[in-house]
Amino acid sequence: MLEIKDINVHFGGIHALKGISMTVQRGEIVTLIGANGAGKTTTLRTISGLKKSTSGQILLDGTDITNLSAQERVKRGISHVPEGRRVFPAMTVLENLELGAFLRRDKANIAADLKMVYERFPILADRKKQLAGTLSGGEQQMLAIGRALMSRPDILFLDEPSMGLAPLLVQEIFNIILDINNAGTTILLVEQNASMALKIAHKAYVMETGSIVLSGTGEELMQSDGIKKAYLGG
Amino acid sequence: MREMKSIFKASNVVKLVFIVLTYLLVQFLINIGIITDYYQTTLATICINIILAVSLNLVTGFTGQFSLGHAGFMAIGAYACAIITLKNPTYAGFIQGVAAGAILSAIVGVAVGLPTLRLRGDYLAIATLGMAEIIRIIFTNLKITNGAAGLQGIPRFINWTWLFVFTAATLIIISNFIKSSHGRACIAIREDEIAAEAMGINTTKYKVAAFVIGAFFAGVAGALYASYFYFLKPNIFNFAKSVDILVIVVLGGMGSLTGSVLGAAILALISTFLQRFSEVRMIIYSLILIIIMLFRPQGIMGSRELSLSLFKRAASKIEPKVGKERS
Repeated sequence: MLEIKDINVHFGGIHALKGISMTVQRGEIVTLIGANGAGKTTTLRTISGLKKSTSGQILLDGTDITNLSAQERVKRGISHVPEGRRVFPAMTVLENLELGAFLRRDKANIAADLKMVYERFPILADRKKQLAGTLSGGEQQMLAIGRALMSRPDILFLDEPSMGLAPLLVQEIFNIILDINNAGTTILLVEQNASMALKIAHKAYVMETGSIVLSGTGEELMQSDGIKKAYLGG
Repeated sequence: MREMKSIFKASNVVKLVFIVLTYLLVQFLINIGIITDYYQTTLATICINIILAVSLNLVTGFTGQFSLGHAGFMAIGAYACAIITLKNPTYAGFIQGVAAGAILSAIVGVAVGLPTLRLRGDYLAIATLGMAEIIRIIFTNLKITNGAAGLQGIPRFINWTWLFVFTAATLIIISNFIKSSHGRACIAIREDEIAAEAMGINTTKYKVAAFVIGAFFAGVAGALYASYFYFLKPNIFNFAKSVDILVIVVLGGMGSLTGSVLGAAILALISTFLQRFSEVRMIIYSLILIIIMLFRPQGIMGSRELSLSLFKRAASKIEPKVGKERS
């Protein structure tokens, strides 16, 4: 459903992405792993339109979206949970969720989706009038995911959802990701926690300094010696 | 249909009643001679400063774009209205003047906003400051504005009632904008621009929109200023004027419209009463500002609005027993 062909991105003089190509099939969980500064976040941002590419092509269901604005891409079903959660701190949980549906006008469906998000994250329903900035890290991550679901995405981008969370919560977040995927949403996941990500991924890409150096199924990569050494701790 | 219904909501009725009562109260004080002609000038200053502060608050407090050039837009409105009413000293001329001032100011707002709103924080502040200085210098050098000497004898078509109507209308329009989904988008940009963009909010569009609406009402305020105070010269609209407006916004509370109203009223009253101590006036004024900011760094209202529910909450805190029985 998503096809990225030879994307290059520059930050000023720095060549951040050097000809990235990857594909994501409908219904899959695809993960992008690699060290800090490898270009994982930049890849996600480029696909969701927050960062312009200098060359290359991005196809969504066969249509070229390379030159569309972030807004147009959200309308076409891409939703992005940015790194570090980035909830709107001085707004309530409910207001945050409503902003997730900013581009939608179908009031009845929005209400239904809000109910769906509350069912998936009961803690958010309990805290709907609380300011998002006062939530714990795990709750903020749930809010960020819930907010992204409010745009009814076909494909959900998750950037380091486990960052800074306690191990138990990390497990919970990964269960939620699996649930969302089982409900029919395709997922592109960027993670530092490579072992967890590879466990749930259908397909994985390994990035190093702006290029994809390895790809395969989650299983294959977990068995690979190089990956074991570099990312899985032995 | 939905829009129609929302106009008749209880909170809007309360607001309308409050606005009318405020007008009647002030009118009563004028009639019985407590507000003398001298204090009516203060009243006019308050109204004009409210319009300026509320419009700047939309840009800086709600959308999070730090602008230091509000006096520039005020100058455009003031000169446009002055020049038109000097040529056509009728009510029609005055209305044309206000409209022309506001629209010209908004157009300059688009021209300045599109390139500069890509900048953030300090850079935007410097760019808007530069814009206001350029406007001031242009007015100092133009023939039609009579250069540094300024324009005199601008006919006055405005009285307290008109000022009040303009002020109330500005408040209602900007408050409705902020409560709409457009306003939500602006606040989201202030809260986190990248997240806002990821939600599909066109951040450039909303930043420019807030900036242009702010410029429009600054233009209105300038036009009212010109019509009320007879006399204009470019130096009125210098950097210090922009800072004065910003002080009202910060003091009242960034992101609170009622805070801006209170801030404008309190500062104008303080500076009027300090007229008697002319030598130490500015020292006392500055001290008061420092003291308020030390004790309320978030401003008088913070980002909250003065509303009935706020009073109810305060009342239930004072009388917790009564509050519990009621609930």
